[in-house]
Amino acid sequence: MFNRRKEFSSTEIQYRALSDQGLIRLFILPTIILLVVINIFPLFWSLVLSFSNFTAKFPLVWGKNPRFLGIGQYIKLLTDQAIWEKFITTAKYVVLSVGGEMLLGFGLALLLQIKFRGREIITTLLVLPMTMSPVIVGLMWKLFYDPNWGMFNYLLGLGKIDWATDTRYNLYAAVIADIWMWTPFVMLLALAGLGAIPQYLYEAAEVDRASWWHKFTRITLPMVWPLLLVALIFRTMEAFKVFDIAMGISGRGATAPQLLSIHLYDTAFVTWKTGIGSALGYIVLVMIIAITNIFIKYLNKAKQ
Amino acid sequence: MSAVNKKRVSIVRIIVIILICIFTFIYLVPLLFVIDTSFKPWTLIKEWPPRVFFKPSIAPYIRIFTARTVFPPGTKLTQEQIDNMTWYQKIVYYETNEEIVRIGDFPSRFANSLIVTLISTAFTIILATFSAYAFSRFNIKGKNDLLFFILATRMLPAVVVLIPVFLMFRKLGLADNQLGLIILYTAFNLSFAVWVLKGFIDEIPVEYEEAAMVDGYTRFQTFWRIIIPQSMTGIAATAVFCFIFSWNEFGFAFIMTKSRAQTIPPWLPYQMGVLGYDWAAAAAGAVLFIIPALIFTVLLRKNLVRGITFGAIRK
Repeated sequence: MFNRRKEFSSTEIQYRALSDQGLIRLFILPTIILLVVINIFPLFWSLVLSFSNFTAKFPLVWGKNPRFLGIGQYIKLLTDQAIWEKFITTAKYVVLSVGGEMLLGFGLALLLQIKFRGREIITTLLVLPMTMSPVIVGLMWKLFYDPNWGMFNYLLGLGKIDWATDTRYNLYAAVIADIWMWTPFVMLLALAGLGAIPQYLYEAAEVDRASWWHKFTRITLPMVWPLLLVALIFRTMEAFKVFDIAMGISGRGATAPQLLSIHLYDTAFVTWKTGIGSALGYIVLVMIIAITNIFIKYLNKAKQ
Repeated sequence: MSAVNKKRVSIVRIIVIILICIFTFIYLVPLLFVIDTSFKPWTLIKEWPPRVFFKPSIAPYIRIFTARTVFPPGTKLTQEQIDNMTWYQKIVYYETNEEIVRIGDFPSRFANSLIVTLISTAFTIILATFSAYAFSRFNIKGKNDLLFFILATRMLPAVVVLIPVFLMFRKLGLADNQLGLIILYTAFNLSFAVWVLKGFIDEIPVEYEEAAMVDGYTRFQTFWRIIIPQSMTGIAATAVFCFIFSWNEFGFAFIMTKSRAQTIPPWLPYQMGVLGYDWAAAAAGAVLFIIPALIFTVLLRKNLVRGITFGAIRK
């Protein structure tokens, strides 16, 4: 998935590398130490907590808080109907938003293949939503959705639908905002992929009088496919974890869409069930790793 | 190709270009609407259907910066009192009949955002440049594993890491503390910065350094006098990315800060109630907050693809 550069094989450099061990340590150690302290150590700590009923609300008393429950928390979570419903909601969110982004982003990239003056300005304008803060994007859409004075319903002629807090719609409200924010991401990657297709392939197809459809399915799609998969992997991972867009639109609790990630925040930091929150975090982590691995397998196949 | 055919192609081309432009405009409507709303005069705020064209008012921006009280009904200010007001007091008085009591929370939250973002970006870049150079130029045992490890830390769901970090920081007194956020953001951006910077340094020919070392430069001197100047564009692009990430970050800030060190993202969306449903002021806050990110996006446009794929794709 990532470029691996060849090591420098010149003997000169290798010889010097041996004499530079001290410098290497000095250069790399601070980074590694910081990552271990802030990322890896907490990761293991979470794992330990996930086997206990620890709550951060009360002081630590060994044997009571935390009391160790083994895999009890995991069994409780995985047999909980409500969690599975949240999981299905999350899956819906991921499929709809990532699907929408892929279609729209790839479509836009295809259209932007045409060279014209101002193409770069258009691309830059389209990319703007991507670098805004997700929670502020959520806030902006909340303003835009508002049934009493926002533009969204008015422009689409939809009447007074309360997108932000009506539980029938708030998931889709978040999906739309997510698509708006992240379509440019897919578009940029697709553009990079399309730009790298050698022109002679099309010229050869032209000679053979290949149809537009034929050229698209036999040249364009196979050539961009690896990059589209990269976009898919990134977006799926992010969409699985994302909560800030939905929280920006609908807030938390009953008015918010029942996403696993929002529930995770609530469990860990609102109801302070630290132990069970950690367990749920680990379940999500395993799910993300599993899904990503499936995609990466496809990616490696596509690259061959 | 026949002339007729060619003509048809060029007409299709023009139509597609026009469609792209229209689409782009429609795509940006939510953003334009918020910018538009941020200039809405008070009397038009609740109007339905929403009005798009009006005489713009700067009052929402003054309101997001200040805390105010309403003058009791029936209060008549004398001409002299009005004359003594500053221009912004006058605007607020005429538009919403309010008196400015003090500066609001927005400036301090904005300052927190700036401080945390700038310092963490600086730390990240310093640490990452050293590491990226070492990873790019030396044979290190288990290098690919280390690099993968660095990348993996970025892909974790933040909450799993956040629970213990929260406990740790609470113990150390780093909760609701700017330093706490700075440490978190530095660690959070470090993996990204190392990967992207390594890509940039990989592109600098080793021959430069070899030549310099033949001339008697030490390893550190070649790093300082050759690699740093040569990779300045890459460093700048990476720094801007780190800035955008930290500036926009919500999850960590939401959990770790409550008031003193709070940044804008966890603060602004929860002001709707506090502002008395003053949508225009909320919009003004959002506009002010996204301006830096928008400017940087425009500056970054050539390196965007590289950044969002962690340096994997170099156009």
